[in-house]
Amino acid sequence: MNLLSILPFAVIAAITLAGALAAAALPNLVHAALSLVLAFLGVAAFFFLLGAEFIGLVQVIVYVGAVAVLIVFTILLTRSDSGRPGYMNWGGVPVALAVLAGLLWALSRTALPAGQAGAAAPLTVLGIGQTLMNQYVWPLQAVGVVLTAALVGAVVLVMEEKR
Amino acid sequence: MIDAADQIFVIAKRLLLSLLMWAPDWVVQVVSSLMNVAAVLGVFLVLFALISVFERKILGRIQNRYGPNRVGPFGLLQPVADGIKMLIKEDIVPRGADKAVHFLAPVAMVAPAILALGVIPYGRNMTAFSIDAGILFFFAVGSATELAVFMAGWSSNNKYSMLGAMRAIAQMVSYELPLIITVLPVVMIAGSLSPDQIVAAQNGYLFGLVPKWFVLTPWGAVAFILFFTASLVESNRTPFDLPEGESELVAGHMTEYSGFKYATFFMAEYFGMFAVSGLAVTLFLGGWHAPAAFLQFIPSWIWFFLKLSVLLFTFIWIRGTLPRVRIDQVMKLAWTFMLPMAFSCLLAAAAWHYISSAALGWFSSLLIVGIAYAGLSKILEARKHLSVRTYQFAE
Repeated sequence: MNLLSILPFAVIAAITLAGALAAAALPNLVHAALSLVLAFLGVAAFFFLLGAEFIGLVQVIVYVGAVAVLIVFTILLTRSDSGRPGYMNWGGVPVALAVLAGLLWALSRTALPAGQAGAAAPLTVLGIGQTLMNQYVWPLQAVGVVLTAALVGAVVLVMEEKR
Repeated sequence: MIDAADQIFVIAKRLLLSLLMWAPDWVVQVVSSLMNVAAVLGVFLVLFALISVFERKILGRIQNRYGPNRVGPFGLLQPVADGIKMLIKEDIVPRGADKAVHFLAPVAMVAPAILALGVIPYGRNMTAFSIDAGILFFFAVGSATELAVFMAGWSSNNKYSMLGAMRAIAQMVSYELPLIITVLPVVMIAGSLSPDQIVAAQNGYLFGLVPKWFVLTPWGAVAFILFFTASLVESNRTPFDLPEGESELVAGHMTEYSGFKYATFFMAEYFGMFAVSGLAVTLFLGGWHAPAAFLQFIPSWIWFFLKLSVLLFTFIWIRGTLPRVRIDQVMKLAWTFMLPMAFSCLLAAAAWHYISSAALGWFSSLLIVGIAYAGLSKILEARKHLSVRTYQFAE
């Protein structure tokens, strides 16, 4: 591994980790949400680095464009002290460490296909579309029905009652 | 000769890069991308300067006055004077503002707009950043602007800023849906998400006169009008400029910005306008293709910028003509009219694609769009109840 190939990885990893750490540690909730966006962008950059263009772009559209906006709106609409500093919940640290340990354990037990890194076929939009429309067409339809039901439910919840 | 004029910038870039023969591969790559970035930035900064004066002159003409005519010949040096003014103005940050976010918001606003400009083909072999999923890239970076608007509105710690940001986000989220769905028919027919291949799919002429642009098909025409309307909303232009709403919200999320930061917002808005117009040209107006076969001797990049100028003029023309609409009207238009019409375009494009006979496909797609329009207007007309408005908080 030469320096040039490891440098982008190191830079992106540093930015992603910094964003995630700031999201967990910053006292101001809105600042934390905005730092989380940085972490989302870092993950998208990783997808790009791995040659998965489509997944990376969808990551940006869904997480930066929709989820982040949802998060900041939720903060603004539910808390009256959104601008003031909160407190750090240290009880979450052992839980986070436990999750990390569990994931690392699972990772170490997984047999990774050795020597095939970087040799995978490029993930094209056409390929994803064909897989979704042929092999996974029924799961896709089922997800569509569930999401439509959720949408109808949300509309019913916020609908004005007729007097 | 014709080819040389068409490819002049490509050849110039190749010549400049050949000076770097001695350098390792990655240096050449970095320099090549930097040259693309510099070209895009340079061209669009000049275009920004030009449009800032031409917009005022055209608006002046529409409103029966002169417009700027003091600085330089015909007032053409006005942007220079404006630039100097913006640079030396005092930069005021409110005491209650969140300093870091307040500083970052203009940057976060202008960066996606510049990124989006990268994937548009400006001429034959002239795409600054050519990736397979270019259309998706455009919308991915575009979706980041909503967050920038929120940052500006929230960090200013001002009720007008926050209201403006809320309005901006609400209308941008609502219109992103019709904007993306009107792009789908084009992607479906061209069979690609790459802007270069979408332009290539619109190559060729009927009888050497009528170009095969998507805007000249029934589904393409409707999709283009919907796309243009949605792009007016996305770039916060009149008649959908309620996020700024000078007369009611001062300047929306830009209220607490001054000096060069305000200019940056202004620039981001115009860059967004260029990007979305460029995408409209690419998707529907044949990109850099000439409008007729015998006009092909004019270089492709001239055609692109001519089409772009026509769209930008329409933006200004609409601004000088239409009054601002209300927020509930904006929302209603998006969900009850634009979205169903966008879906009907998708259906019409599918009919166009699957019916093998050209004439039959043309008429059936026209029929689908026509039925959708007639049905929608009938339903919306029936449900419209005009009455005296009752106000909750005013008389």
